[in-house]
Amino acid sequence: MLLIPCPWCGPRDEAEFHYGGQAHVAYPEDPAALSDEEWARYLFFRDNPKGLFAERWSHTAGCRRWFNAVRDTATNEIHAVYRTGEPRPVIA
Amino acid sequence: MSPGTQGRRTPGADLPGHPDRLWRSAEPKRAYDVVIVGGGGHGLATAYYLAKNHGITDVAVLERGWLAGGNMARNTTIIRSNYLWDESAGIYEHALKLWEGLEEDLGYPLLFSQRGVLNLAHSLQDVRDSVRRVNANRLNGVDAEWLTPEQVKEVCPIVDISPDVRYPVLGGTYQPRAGIAKHDYVAWGFAKAAADLGVDMIEHCEVTGLDVRDGRVTGVQTTRGPIAAKKVALAAAGHSSVVAGYAGVSLPLQSHPLQALVSELLEPVHPTVVMSNAVHVYVSQAHKGELVMGAGIDAANSYRQRGAFHIIERQMSAALELFPVFARAHVLRTWGGVVDVTPDASPVVGLTPVEDLYVNCGWGTGGFKATPGVGWCYAHTVATGEPHPLNAPFSLDRFTTGKLVDEHGAAAVAH
Repeated sequence: MLLIPCPWCGPRDEAEFHYGGQAHVAYPEDPAALSDEEWARYLFFRDNPKGLFAERWSHTAGCRRWFNAVRDTATNEIHAVYRTGEPRPVIA
Repeated sequence: MSPGTQGRRTPGADLPGHPDRLWRSAEPKRAYDVVIVGGGGHGLATAYYLAKNHGITDVAVLERGWLAGGNMARNTTIIRSNYLWDESAGIYEHALKLWEGLEEDLGYPLLFSQRGVLNLAHSLQDVRDSVRRVNANRLNGVDAEWLTPEQVKEVCPIVDISPDVRYPVLGGTYQPRAGIAKHDYVAWGFAKAAADLGVDMIEHCEVTGLDVRDGRVTGVQTTRGPIAAKKVALAAAGHSSVVAGYAGVSLPLQSHPLQALVSELLEPVHPTVVMSNAVHVYVSQAHKGELVMGAGIDAANSYRQRGAFHIIERQMSAALELFPVFARAHVLRTWGGVVDVTPDASPVVGLTPVEDLYVNCGWGTGGFKATPGVGWCYAHTVATGEPHPLNAPFSLDRFTTGKLVDEHGAAAVAH
């Protein structure tokens, strides 16, 4: 069970949150120009690292706002949380 | 097998004892014709069929832990083939037919028990989807029936079919040939049979790199030194993204924890396998007497073999909804494994952009049932360099062509 520090509400139980997968996946700037391979990559391929992963969470049972976290998928340790629109922090 | 005829016999007393060593844990040679990465059920079955069907015996199975200690030791052992689409019915039904002769073929007891599987429907849409799946199954030669709530109760008397509950049982699909097997015995049976044919089982040997030269794989780097290989076949389940990444191959996978639990040993009360997508649990009773339950994945990606307790709590409340009689059962043990989930809930089996590197992954929450079938087809793919017709639809390039095999409905509870 994760203890997730919501940037607005503070540390809360994982059960209050909804997961949103990989963060910083931008919608294609010119969708009509994409090849089939590029569409496949945008639609179906996401990073799946064993290690640091920038991901989205929504505090559905709290402030209902989306935010991002950097979590280590090998240990589940959360290294940083930050608000949507902010750049991914560099973890040493 | 009614409780009354069992007397005071110790649960599990009629099971075979723990066997002596069945295979030789080999030292790695410098080179092999085929190196299989991952010593779980799929890797072992692939090794067996490479040797048996294709005469390829210069094969090593590399396992980072101990043989069959990953998801093969953690699954809930359900075997069925009642998937919706033709492509899935093809490979899962091939597997089920192999299961039906596997004990004789391997010469090893697998406690394969065709006790049937019930997939319950709790809403009108569930009913329509289920009846459609029954019809699709029949067209594909897969045994399937639609049962009314009363017929469900005849198959599994402990299911609550009263109409005044939150999610009443409106009926269910039934596949009589489905069932369970003893997962450890399956792994041991394949390992023994493959080792007898000359395959090397190399344990505690983690792959740390793939050697690729001019777009062709030439070997693997391991914690026990480099091993050259003419062909490399990945069967690394939850760690497939990591291993394929060593060769620069990206896969459409997300790795998640999947949890399961068992109760203490009980007298036989549950004669079949019951799955419910809507109430969100699946339950059977192991040969020894434990109730075995599973449900969905933990939502967040993780490579930790454990999940959050609220998932377990929901599993148990779902089980109680269907089986009020479980109210006084105690949880004996919970655990988790890491499963690799694809966007269309179907596996990826076949060639990769790197020559002589093959991939078998993406079985998500339901790979156990396919063990002999995928071993058979994957061995063909590796031996001939061409996809077996039954795994050809599950190629990596379906995500580019758009020809997905969307099995979110029949892949059931977990997706």
